[in-house]
Amino acid sequence: MLPEPLLEIKQLKKYYEIKKGWFQPMQQVRAVDDVTFTVYKGETFGLVGESGCGKSTTGRAILRLQEHTSGEIRFAGRDISGLPYTEMRQLRRKMQMVFQDPYASLNPKKTILQILTEPLRVHGLYAPEERVQKAIEMLEIVGLSEYHLHSYPHEFSGGQRQRIGIARAVILQPELIIADEPVSALDVSIQSQVINLLLQLQRDFHLTYIFISHDLGVVRHMTDRVGVMYLGKLVEQAKTEELFRSPKHPYTRALLSAVPIRHPDEKKERVVLKGDVPSPLNPPEGCHFHPRCPDCMQICKTEKPPVVEVGDHVVACHLYATENR
Amino acid sequence: MRERAPILEVRQLKTHIKTANGIVKAVDGVDFTIYEGETVGIVGESGCGKSMTSLSVMGLLPKPMAYIESGHIHFAGRDLTQLSEKEMRKLRGNDISMIFQEPMTSLNPVFTIGQQLSEPLKQHTRLNKKEIRNAVISMLQSVGIPRAEQIIDEYPHQLSGGMRQRVMISLAMLCQPKLLIADEPTTALDVTIQAQILELMKAIKATTNMAMMLITHDLGVVAEMCDRVMVMYAGQVVESADVRTIFNRPTHPYTQGLLASMPTANERKGELSSIPGSVPRPDEIPPGCAFAPRCSIATDRCRQERPVLQAYENQWTRCWHPISKPSEVTHAT
Repeated sequence: MLPEPLLEIKQLKKYYEIKKGWFQPMQQVRAVDDVTFTVYKGETFGLVGESGCGKSTTGRAILRLQEHTSGEIRFAGRDISGLPYTEMRQLRRKMQMVFQDPYASLNPKKTILQILTEPLRVHGLYAPEERVQKAIEMLEIVGLSEYHLHSYPHEFSGGQRQRIGIARAVILQPELIIADEPVSALDVSIQSQVINLLLQLQRDFHLTYIFISHDLGVVRHMTDRVGVMYLGKLVEQAKTEELFRSPKHPYTRALLSAVPIRHPDEKKERVVLKGDVPSPLNPPEGCHFHPRCPDCMQICKTEKPPVVEVGDHVVACHLYATENR
Repeated sequence: MRERAPILEVRQLKTHIKTANGIVKAVDGVDFTIYEGETVGIVGESGCGKSMTSLSVMGLLPKPMAYIESGHIHFAGRDLTQLSEKEMRKLRGNDISMIFQEPMTSLNPVFTIGQQLSEPLKQHTRLNKKEIRNAVISMLQSVGIPRAEQIIDEYPHQLSGGMRQRVMISLAMLCQPKLLIADEPTTALDVTIQAQILELMKAIKATTNMAMMLITHDLGVVAEMCDRVMVMYAGQVVESADVRTIFNRPTHPYTQGLLASMPTANERKGELSSIPGSVPRPDEIPPGCAFAPRCSIATDRCRQERPVLQAYENQWTRCWHPISKPSEVTHAT
């Protein structure tokens, strides 16, 4: 059975204009620059990368929480990149988001009941009494209880808040959930509880996830396919196991080798990258990664790398371009 | 290694915090020793008292809310709890230094890197201006900062997070301290930058005889850096042993739970083993074992009687029912 694409992103771009002064020309930050990928029904697609690589912006642009500059976003076969505000709003019933910071993403003035029934009210689903029933059901699914219905967010711990954030997203029974670093702010023992909850919800409600994270351990555990981003570009895409087994792009290799060891006796060969991620205001010419790349060639400094398929990987790197092989 | 001289000995340290709802026992009777040249990791989740322990050692507790209730901190033969603020100042930055978690906020934004780095040298040495400048530049170069001669006159906002953490490390290393306390030194950094900083700290350790107290919640960092590990829970040390013993044969159920919940320790896509519940707030710690409500093997004894820290050869554990006794370990290995 061929997997059915749920979300197709084609050449998505998001540029920000930055004022440098009255008479200076505007400068452009290419936060997301020509990103193309497809997410299939029922899978978990991971977006990884370091801070500032554009992974969160990509997530927000898909939901059109931030307007993208150009590109195509097809959701269930329909191009949603140009939909008017009201239609997009209705469509968000099918696409929901879970945010990183469970302390900032819940309104402190609302009770859990209000937080959970608001999406139902906005979308005009169910009668008011039924909504309360739904909220209770949802709380139980995420491991809280009816008892918490009239509490306020400050009464909960970080892990419980994240559960509420997840409940708020799942209560609409969406098809796609974009989870932006959902477990990064949590302690290790709580992190595993929330990961388990996400996996269980995926099985029970047939959800499709876009899982944005910088934690490669969690990504390896959760996702089916992974896209690696660097300075606004998608540099490599592959099945998770495949990517972790034999990374192709030099950046992916360095990123994977930087993960701390799991056991004191483990020996790891490490590609330590020199320097920092360059400023996206002024990215290097040619391949954005070339100043830090251990395999940099002459062509990398001047020309943008082509996107090529290497086995099951899709890689943007001159190393794998046909003429260089 | 055990023949080395102890640098820091903490005995029955109790640090309390006064709050509107009464006194919170942030650190509740912690004992440990750090020897010359070794790295000791302190692991635990947020609120377990690991940062308060380090602040107590540094004498940087936010007074008057937090204070050392009882206990001793012996450093190089002196009891730090008895020293005056003036005497502590002579020690801080000179014999004991600290690296903080947030490289963004721990440098002063209105002074140049050079001005901030020359401070400890002005305080603790008799070098003249030129010598100080040279010392700072060579320190910056040794932590891998490019263009050190220019960076010295720049402000913190001009540097990236990784660079700022390097500056913090060079600041801590300037007076060649005997003990370095690193509180989550890489938590705010990206993985590739974290790898750079860890390599740097390993290189520094290889060339000096400095002892290090590394506070972290990341077990990967512990595996990478530490010789010995202390696991803290609710203000107490629950387990302490050398790093291999902790990873191979953890005896305390909490340590076991932490290790088992690492995603890499589990089958992909499978259910992660996790510790139920969450860390208790300091005001709701039960009378018995603090971990009992979340422990799968807790008995009535655990719920009523607080366990003591017991020694099994080189391993200490605070549990009535330690899971694998180290005597079995010696047979097994």
